[in-house]
Amino acid sequence: MSHDHPHDRDHEPIGTSRDRPAAARIRALADLLVEKGIVTREELRARMDWLVSRDPADGARLVARAWTDLAFKERLLADARAAALELDLDPGPSPVVVALENTDRVHHMVVCTLCSCYPKALLGPPPDWYKSLPYRSRAVSDPRGVLREFGLELGDDVELRVVDSTADIRYLVVPRRPEGTEGLTEADLAALVTRDSMIGVAQALEPVAS
Amino acid sequence: MTYAVGQRVLIADRRHDGHHRTPGYVKGRSGTVERLHASFPNPESRAYGGDGLPKRQLYMVALDYEGERVLLDVFEHWLEAAP
Repeated sequence: MSHDHPHDRDHEPIGTSRDRPAAARIRALADLLVEKGIVTREELRARMDWLVSRDPADGARLVARAWTDLAFKERLLADARAAALELDLDPGPSPVVVALENTDRVHHMVVCTLCSCYPKALLGPPPDWYKSLPYRSRAVSDPRGVLREFGLELGDDVELRVVDSTADIRYLVVPRRPEGTEGLTEADLAALVTRDSMIGVAQALEPVAS
Repeated sequence: MTYAVGQRVLIADRRHDGHHRTPGYVKGRSGTVERLHASFPNPESRAYGGDGLPKRQLYMVALDYEGERVLLDVFEHWLEAAP
């Protein structure tokens, strides 16, 4: 990519010459917000710190509990925020989390066509592909094709529901519990619940045959 | 709230200069109210430093798009009763 605008001053210390234009724009925005007293550097840093400390393991705990406890699953589907608090998980700041259950009849996959809305509190930062233009457009224009590229072939009898997170709600998919997992502990079950399965572009992992 | 679960609604085919959360690909399409969410501050005002009040009712709307089912969240002021 060409990079031909003149540099009459150095970037912020955390920037590098390999930064793409978007990164420069973000830094300029952050500088302005700090300059105008809307946020402090400390608040920005704390927020980023919080974000990278989040992990799909939290979402996986919710799913594993839902697989083993029907009443909990009902509570999770009714109010995912309350269910997360029940397990001492941090459901994050304001946006409301809604959990959607995948079954052998219905498969949900989540996208944010407008930007990159994602249940960060329970899944951590979104993967790069989730924020990419190809995923954001093709998840709607060719969702079964996208799933196929992720290795997931849905039967024609399965209703696919593409969930576009266009507003304040963040969606967490509860994948189907794999066959042959009856004897597993909740912790072992949680290990089968991948990030991608909670976005709905994959099924949960199959248990390793013992 | 104006619309009930199961009701047919039309997503307004309206140009809006500035930040808004109704994607172009659904404008002018009709669907069915799938779920009622809570009310939230209006992002069209919040994006420019406004308080977003009064809050607007948010709906999950299900529609058919190129042979598949899409569910998305639409604020009440972007919905009309389907004819």
